[in-house]
Amino acid sequence: MAKSHVKMNINGRDVESLVEPRTLLIHFLREQLDLTGAHIGCDTTHCGACTIDLNGKSVKSCTMFAVQAEGAKITTIEGMANADGSLHALQEGFRMMHGLQCGYCTPGMIMRAHRLLQENPNPSDEEIRFGISGNLCRCTGYQNIVKAIQYAAAKLSGAAHVEAAQ
Amino acid sequence: MIPAPFSYHRPKTVSEAATLLAQFGDDGRLLAGGQSLIPMMKLRLATPEHVIDLAGLDDLRTIERTDNTLIIGALTTQAELATSNVVADALPIVREASLLVADPQVRYVGTLGGNLANGDPGNDMPAVMMCLNAAFRLVSQGGTRSVKARDFYQGTYVTALKPDEILTAIEIPLPPGGHGFAYEKLKRKIGDYATAAAGVVLTARDGRITTCAITLSNLADKALFAKDAVAAVVGSALDKVALEAAAKAARAIMSPASDARGTAEYRTFVGGVMVERALQRAFARAKN
Repeated sequence: MAKSHVKMNINGRDVESLVEPRTLLIHFLREQLDLTGAHIGCDTTHCGACTIDLNGKSVKSCTMFAVQAEGAKITTIEGMANADGSLHALQEGFRMMHGLQCGYCTPGMIMRAHRLLQENPNPSDEEIRFGISGNLCRCTGYQNIVKAIQYAAAKLSGAAHVEAAQ
Repeated sequence: MIPAPFSYHRPKTVSEAATLLAQFGDDGRLLAGGQSLIPMMKLRLATPEHVIDLAGLDDLRTIERTDNTLIIGALTTQAELATSNVVADALPIVREASLLVADPQVRYVGTLGGNLANGDPGNDMPAVMMCLNAAFRLVSQGGTRSVKARDFYQGTYVTALKPDEILTAIEIPLPPGGHGFAYEKLKRKIGDYATAAAGVVLTARDGRITTCAITLSNLADKALFAKDAVAAVVGSALDKVALEAAAKAARAIMSPASDARGTAEYRTFVGGVMVERALQRAFARAKN
């Protein structure tokens, strides 16, 4: 079947390719662009492991066709670290607060948290939990994920971070 | 997992979209946010040969307030509804309900029009729009017509929308300032479809309910308007007798599926509880 031409900006780089219309954005990212940070964790749009940031929105890339992302500005987990290789505050937070075990949900969690902190730079624990309700984790029980996001929120807003006393 | 192949179209105007839809007939499906359609396509429960992406129709994204109506473009996303000051001020039940739909990612992309036009009895916005007595603007090559939400839903995935029509806008008469409202949704977990949900919009004066609308989500093969429940509370001070009568009347019209969310008996029982809670919250909010 005839392929469609798509152009987007991903992690600051312009990208062009040919895709079948039915190619999901997650497959385009993973298989055509080798951006394997976004994961496929379900078949039902529930888990959020595929979450990326597209035109200022958190989007489940498994539930969008690549052709719908024509002209979009996308950030994936691969685009989060700083140019000098130092970690984004969220990546540092997940490391410092042990916000992951197997790591499968983590890229999606970080990409969602990234947008959440733009929406609400100083969220309460409850606001974080509501804010990441589209991202499932089978390992951690979410407690340290919340702490990781709080760590990043504090760091990004310039406050001196306080190491969790627990 | 992988949708079946299809041809993709991205019209630039409503007129172009309507022409394509008429051309493709049963082989064509409209794509709005895709948060209902794409999951169905991934399971191959939907296998359209032609997908008509409405994303280029910026006219359908506006929210316009007139003296006594709010006109919401069908491509307005749930996130836009949840964060709009205009909606929060004029239609607080819409804001409350939109925050209960799915999750943040789905809300960023999923549209009001998609939630309404699909005819999925599990969606929340049909009951909300029926509660508000909204009207849907339907556009085809042949012209435009308006159908009230309360006349739109016929069964599971069956609505008054003709195969060549596009739902372009939702016109909502504004409830008076100080109206009471509530959308009460019981769910297994945050983000799930309703196990049972009830929407209420009412006005009160001198401690008594003067006008009321009560609607139900996911308690039948379509959203329901509970007119006997309304009759049970209008004129009352929402005392225990009126509340119980409303719940009983609402239960009498429910026929929920027995599924992973609960048995029909359980869902009918909690459906009545949702009606009571929604009435109580709405009444408490009403200024009279």
